[in-house]
Amino acid sequence: MKIEEGSWVRLERGEKIYEGTLLPGATDHLVIKLSNGYNIGLKKDRVKILESREVEKAENAQQYEYHRDSSLPNLVILSTGGTIACRVDYRTGAVTSQFTAGEILQAIPELEKIANFDAEVVYNILSENMQVSYWIELARRVYEKIKDGAEGIIITHGTDTLGFTAAALAFMVRTPVPIVLVGSQRSADRPSSDNVMNALAAAKVATSDIAEVVCVMHGSTSDDFCLIHRGVKVRKMHTSRRDAFRSINVNPIGKVSYPDLKIEIEESHTKRGEVALALYDGLEERVALVKFYPGADPEILDFYRERGYRGVVIEGTGLGHTSSTWFDAIGRLIDAGVIVVMTSQCLYGRVCDRVYDTGRDLLKLGVIEGEDMLPEVALIKLMWLLNREKDPDKIKDMMKTNIVGEITDSTDVIGGF
Amino acid sequence: MDSDLDYEKLGFMAGLEIHQQLDTRCKLFCHCPTSLRDVESSNFEFFRFLRPSKSEIGTVDRAAEEESTYNRIFVYKAYDTTCLVENDEEPPRKLNSEALRVALMIGLMLKTDLVDEVHTMRKIVIDGSNTTGFQRTALIGLDGMIEVKGGDVGVSVLCLEEEACQKVGEDGSKTIYSLDRLGIPLLEIGTDPDIKSPEHARKVAEEIGMILRSTGMVKRGIGTIRQDINVSIAEGARVEIKGVQELKSIEGIVKNEVLRQVNLLKLRDDLKMRGASVNDEIFDVTQVFEGTGSKIIKQGLKSRDGAVLAICLQGFADLLGREIQQDRRLGSEFSDRAQRFGLGGIFHTDEMPAYGISEAEVSELKREVGASREDAVVFVAGEREILKRALEAVIHRAKEALVGVPEETRRVLPGGSTTAYLRPLPGADRMYPETDIPPVVIGEELLKGIEIPELITDKKNRYLTEYGLNEEIAAEIARSPFANLFEEVLRITNLSAPLIATTLTSTLVEIRREGVDPGNIRDEDFITVFKLLDSGKFAKEAIGPILKEVASNPGIEITSAVEKIGLGAVDEIEIEGIINEIVESRRAFVLEKGERAVGPLMGPVMERLRGKIDGKRVNEILRAKIGEVLESGR
Repeated sequence: MKIEEGSWVRLERGEKIYEGTLLPGATDHLVIKLSNGYNIGLKKDRVKILESREVEKAENAQQYEYHRDSSLPNLVILSTGGTIACRVDYRTGAVTSQFTAGEILQAIPELEKIANFDAEVVYNILSENMQVSYWIELARRVYEKIKDGAEGIIITHGTDTLGFTAAALAFMVRTPVPIVLVGSQRSADRPSSDNVMNALAAAKVATSDIAEVVCVMHGSTSDDFCLIHRGVKVRKMHTSRRDAFRSINVNPIGKVSYPDLKIEIEESHTKRGEVALALYDGLEERVALVKFYPGADPEILDFYRERGYRGVVIEGTGLGHTSSTWFDAIGRLIDAGVIVVMTSQCLYGRVCDRVYDTGRDLLKLGVIEGEDMLPEVALIKLMWLLNREKDPDKIKDMMKTNIVGEITDSTDVIGGF
Repeated sequence: MDSDLDYEKLGFMAGLEIHQQLDTRCKLFCHCPTSLRDVESSNFEFFRFLRPSKSEIGTVDRAAEEESTYNRIFVYKAYDTTCLVENDEEPPRKLNSEALRVALMIGLMLKTDLVDEVHTMRKIVIDGSNTTGFQRTALIGLDGMIEVKGGDVGVSVLCLEEEACQKVGEDGSKTIYSLDRLGIPLLEIGTDPDIKSPEHARKVAEEIGMILRSTGMVKRGIGTIRQDINVSIAEGARVEIKGVQELKSIEGIVKNEVLRQVNLLKLRDDLKMRGASVNDEIFDVTQVFEGTGSKIIKQGLKSRDGAVLAICLQGFADLLGREIQQDRRLGSEFSDRAQRFGLGGIFHTDEMPAYGISEAEVSELKREVGASREDAVVFVAGEREILKRALEAVIHRAKEALVGVPEETRRVLPGGSTTAYLRPLPGADRMYPETDIPPVVIGEELLKGIEIPELITDKKNRYLTEYGLNEEIAAEIARSPFANLFEEVLRITNLSAPLIATTLTSTLVEIRREGVDPGNIRDEDFITVFKLLDSGKFAKEAIGPILKEVASNPGIEITSAVEKIGLGAVDEIEIEGIINEIVESRRAFVLEKGERAVGPLMGPVMERLRGKIDGKRVNEILRAKIGEVLESGR
């Protein structure tokens, strides 16, 4: 007999009787939740279902009423899939993400003291499933919200590709207000999640004077402060730690202490209202990021050339090198009009191809040094430039020129290293 | 106080919950060792806040809620033997299969119905003892049975879970935890409320403990096994007593809890008769104590926003001083609640005048709150905000006294037989699946590989009958970690069972008493030592000193240990020479005493030969030599 998931069931296995709620996800085992809260799996071919009945679903939690305070700034939360709030149904064990402003505020009521919120779900995806077109759409949505009067934007994002999205937004939107990307490294359902602290710090930054695309995440493994990273300089540097996000080649703009949420600025930044709102949407998708390693087959470059790619960012070794075995294929790319940019897999430090022979040869071929840009940021910048600029010389020139903080003029002595 | 209680008539019900650490190589969800560390050796610390999420139904567990009102900072001490999993900075590894096998073994021994697929759950715990805010736990078996003298007891659940952090300190709003213990595999065995008496409770705990130790896979020593006891009587309430570490105290604790409930019910009846009542009003009586001579009150007034606050309990006079358990009064129950808010304690009029509080102050206080002679006044001094919350908790407890016995979790006080309030009973466990850990199928294959060990009690009986050990030694070796070694040495040598058994028990105790850790002696060391003894390389008297030498120098070659302490094998000719020399030097004595000279001469002979040769053989040679002397002297 077919039994609806979520039904109460009474089963017989051998001489024993089991009762509980039937859960989804069964393979050759039935999974039931016992009245003591535990789930157990019972082999299907060993059990006989004696009885079942449908259980009335609990009513949805009532809508949370929150009050707008006209003295507080108005912020907009855009969700892309990273959750800052969720709820657990202990009857079934289901964890549901919370997206509406009401739901988020119910989960994190402290937010109410910081600002008034509107919330909107743009995507509900894992961040590795982001697409270039999604970045563009997100940039347009951010632009509209600011145009409609949002005094700060918070974007909840999966942490895996948060840095890419931050860079894409930085190039596409000129903003007079803070655009803050935030995520959590431990899921929001657990009491130890970093979601609440990150969300509160992000909201605080969204009301601040920092009118840039930034990422706000834990600064240490303790719940003591969050760091404010420039979106074009931030990278996820650890698979699992709370403080995975680091500013590379620059120091963080500042930090937000917790739980008192005091912002301490340490680096210069664009001020609120300093830049007029503008949207430069559009990215060329035919740009590749290629990692060089000893023995790597240069044919990958020919593949991209034959596919009509317009730009290639190479993640070279050290100061920005590839084996000389790659020179011919690189030459063919450049001859075909493809822009080739060199970055370093060291991540920290600046590319300089004038020190060693291979470097000098690469420059001779027409490779452009990516300065102290992160490889991913160089990729997105090249996508953005190729979409906006026709003149290859101008593109080459702009690749080496700072636009939104992606290139520093002088390499910082510490620079987050 | 009445201690002859009729448990059946009282409607006594009790069940046990036993937590036992497993002695596996790795922790349950990471590859760190299961060893405990000295807090001093911590090489890193961090702190966190925990925050319970509201459940779908909008309810927050009452224990969780009380805990969260403290808004505590949890500080964690990490070590070079802990990793990012304990820090809640890395997803857990797969369920430790060694621990699962031990759990299944015990599940079979307790005759539980094992599940076909093990699902790990997250059980919300927000007192900081788990960095995640939940304890990972999995149900392994249900519905088992333990046979115990005095009545069989059902086993309701067997769970495999992770041990929590050890609390190592408190400092204001901080609670300090050590991460070494977090994640050690822990078995939870819950019994049905089938226990019939305090004595029965102890027997059930002993039987479960014996079964657990029979596996040879559980940790031993203080803190590695903890018993929680649930006790209630018919008109009373379920009270959970946490963390009983010693079996011998179970009986007393259960008795005392029954007595406590009986006394609370009597108290309720008395309060009813008096028409007692509790209202919510809290009085500010600070001015009564202006210029007080009481040091404690003065101290309290000095705190930030210092005050003295009071409540009036109508009809409670003289009852706060009434004993509920030995040395624990109704006033102590009130005080327990107040202490949860960081207060040292409470004052009440039943104990006045005391603590430097004058008679005049007491009458003034009573007047201030409108207390009559039948009423009791509870008052506290300190920071106003804390006092308010503490008195609210006392009011709550006083109202409970009018109803009877409150349901609660209690802790055992030092001394081991009385208890104090710990926190409210936890509500229904809030659990949801641990999605980071895939379910594990318990297949035929896995179960086939599990061998049920012989129970320690069965082993002891076998030793009695098979090896002729006496009751005491048989019991000692059977429950010792050396039972297997004992049997192996018996198999591979011709040494006697009592000799091997006493060596592995009392000889090692002596070595430990002398300040050397016999834990340094490896099984293979024991085997080598016994083999050398068996082949006559040294006398049995030397085994103690040799083992002590090995224990003091871990890794030493056994043969060199034997030589090092000068107990190398002495051949028979050499021994005969020594005995000859002694006998000859006392020739006159021997001739005078005849064969009776053997006894007195054993002394000086053994002094030279102790440890080099068996005393029995010395006696034989000595007897022969004396015989020779007597022969030749005739």
